[in-house]
Amino acid sequence: MSEIKLEINGKEVMASPGMTILAAAENAGIAIPTLCHHEKLEPFGGCRLCIVEVTDRGWTKLVVSCVYPVANNLIVRTRTEKVDRIRKTILELLLAHAPDSEPLKELAIEYGADRDRFEKDPSFCIHCGLCVRYCAEVKKKHAVGFVDRGIRKEISFIPEIAARECNDCKECFPLCPTSYLQAAFVLTQALAFSKH
Amino acid sequence: MARLNSPEELERFRKKILAQRDPNKPCISICAGAGCVASGADEVIAAFQSEIENQGLKAEVDTKGTGCPGFCERGPVVVIYPEEICYLEVTAEDVPEIITSTIKEKKVVERLLYENPETGERVTRESDIPFYKNQARNLLCSNIRIDSKRIDDYLAIDGYSALTKSLFKMADVDVLAEVKKSNLRGRGGGGFPAGRKWEGSRNAAEPIKYVIVNADEGDPGAFMDRALLEGNPHSILEGLIIGGYAIGAHEGYIYVRQEYPLAVENIILAIQQAEAYGFLGENILGSGFDFKVVVHQGAGAFVCGESTALMTALEGRVGEPRPKYIRSNIKGLWERPSVLNNVETWANVPLIINKGADWFTQFGTEGSKGTKIFSLVGKINNTGLVEVPMGITLKEIIYNIGGGIPDNKKFKAVQTGGPSGGCIPAEMLDLEVGFDELAKAGSMMGSGGMIVMDEDTCMVDVARYFINFLTDESCGKCVPCREGLRQMHKILTNITAGKGKEGDIELLETLSETAMEASLCALGKSAPNPFLSTLRYFREEYEAHIKEKRCPAKSCKELIAYYIDPEKCQACMLCAKKCPVEAIDGGKKMIHIIDQEKCTNCGTCFEVCPPRFGAVKKISGEPVPPPVAPEKRKLPERKLPERKKKKEQLKNE
Repeated sequence: MSEIKLEINGKEVMASPGMTILAAAENAGIAIPTLCHHEKLEPFGGCRLCIVEVTDRGWTKLVVSCVYPVANNLIVRTRTEKVDRIRKTILELLLAHAPDSEPLKELAIEYGADRDRFEKDPSFCIHCGLCVRYCAEVKKKHAVGFVDRGIRKEISFIPEIAARECNDCKECFPLCPTSYLQAAFVLTQALAFSKH
Repeated sequence: MARLNSPEELERFRKKILAQRDPNKPCISICAGAGCVASGADEVIAAFQSEIENQGLKAEVDTKGTGCPGFCERGPVVVIYPEEICYLEVTAEDVPEIITSTIKEKKVVERLLYENPETGERVTRESDIPFYKNQARNLLCSNIRIDSKRIDDYLAIDGYSALTKSLFKMADVDVLAEVKKSNLRGRGGGGFPAGRKWEGSRNAAEPIKYVIVNADEGDPGAFMDRALLEGNPHSILEGLIIGGYAIGAHEGYIYVRQEYPLAVENIILAIQQAEAYGFLGENILGSGFDFKVVVHQGAGAFVCGESTALMTALEGRVGEPRPKYIRSNIKGLWERPSVLNNVETWANVPLIINKGADWFTQFGTEGSKGTKIFSLVGKINNTGLVEVPMGITLKEIIYNIGGGIPDNKKFKAVQTGGPSGGCIPAEMLDLEVGFDELAKAGSMMGSGGMIVMDEDTCMVDVARYFINFLTDESCGKCVPCREGLRQMHKILTNITAGKGKEGDIELLETLSETAMEASLCALGKSAPNPFLSTLRYFREEYEAHIKEKRCPAKSCKELIAYYIDPEKCQACMLCAKKCPVEAIDGGKKMIHIIDQEKCTNCGTCFEVCPPRFGAVKKISGEPVPPPVAPEKRKLPERKLPERKKKKEQLKNE
């Protein structure tokens, strides 16, 4: 397989075809923040936190590194003023929902995000979809899914499947950046699992 | 009907249809498009049919329910051929007179004709009405000539001749070359050159390819695609088959929103008819080319107009856009090359093939060729669908075709491009309409919505309205769109409610940048446009709302107050009677006063106060003057003219 040579933050990086910028950066020890990314899952491109600036054949644009494929002579900058500003805004938007999320709090320090910039609306879930996608793609059980659309979108356990599958699995629990998933599970368990 | 197996058979059949039609036989065409049906066209059609029956004229007159000709403001529209007499706002009661006068006695019913509001002159022929005269109706002109449920009508106006020309006289590459040469750009919003999109799919290695019609028209106030699908479904189908032939696809999809039941019905019927005639299916007209079409009904999501979301929905999954950085003409539906074009784009294809790219490019500007259909709505005299050559100015559309603004109000802005388009102010009315020109002005072509606003429209509220629409329609997958728009909507709502703060504009700008730069799909990327364009041209309105708690258009309910000018009040009691919350204190000969505590700012008093008094005032950003002192409330006895006195007496009795 032919190697691809690109530049990330001024450093020459080798990658294989089909790799994303995020994977290439990780291999080279360059950290890019993510919330919805998981190596076992298909790229989702939902949180947009891994946004980076790329210059491809003279054309500079912002792309999300978890999806954008590497290419020869690509120049990537993972921290520009604009990138940082966008990441800060994204974090602030999410902190309105989950002000006490550990991963969010850590990133907020890094990017100077103000957890009080937007009025609090604690719904806890930040819609990263890790639980939903892990259950569907890795476990192939579909015990938890998204319901509704847009700002009304929520995760929801499907009681019939969850009652059968979840107690012995719970592999999605540690993936959740806000522990809302556990709460949703306990609620479903209390309300909808049949009692034996 | 037996299948037609060759172009010769089609031409023979076409001649047969035309031979059966007498061009001098009176034909009454009644618009059966959605707009006219809403104003009673169905009853008019039924009335014509029964009246013709009653008067024993069935053999001598044809009637036809046709597609939308565009003049929705004055529907139901009836056109009588061969004279092309156009009657407007026809009701079932007018029908006997039309039959007796126009059909039997060959006399025109004057009162149903268009009347020029300036000169008072009546206009008999449809094409002489200014609304139509100033258009270039390459696509819409067919709507009124055919019954959209009858394929024979389409064949009678040369339908499917572009298909035979493509299949038998042109190689597939020639078809592609002609479309490329025409420089036809996508009519759905992006304006991407259709030929280049087609070429990408054609050259893609994957052998199975698709062509798709995007009929998920969801912009508030837009109904161009609806009118075409309802009125002339075969033209879209013909364009799609030609597109399939050009890129080597044998399967086509029509993604149509289920909120358009008549469009769904007509396109399904058109497919069945085309299959029966052999324009669809295997070995079309004996050419060896196979093509089939499937209709897919959308489930009510605006975002499914976005190409990748539409394709995901077609695959049977939740209609959310894909994050991949690869064009769908290379990897689209089921990861295969897929050409997705909008209804109007496809409808242009048969015209380009029949008349040639050189004919097509004589319309329009350097960068935007051909004509464009706009749905002209809002504060405009002639609401309806207009088809104009690209390059026409906004002023020409709004004044020459649209007839200007009603009630002598001042024009303020025109919003183009759908919810994520922008507002263009009065000083830019000379702007030529084209993809690049509109984008440069901070708006966009979009699919062709055009909402006209007058001086009473608050531009901050307009931004709030569209951001609200987009927040509601966001799929919720990515943060900049879902959360960013939610916050933008909150801030804009606060501003219009008088709760705006210093720094709100800057915060809105930051959120706009995040949505534009970081959103997953075009919905989020373009969503800040309504805010950004109104800020660009009407910044002072934002500042007035935030700093002075004043709405310059006096439209934001929470920033206005009504009060009665004691100098002008004639104590007629009209407003007091009509006030739904009994907030107006007043009696006979007593100057009325509005109780500001009780008032809900509904504006009823303002509307009912007789214009000759003009006593009710709408104010914003200034304190309500204190109520008139009790001793000054009594109106002096006035001498009423004798006539009025009598009238009052009669009323009292």
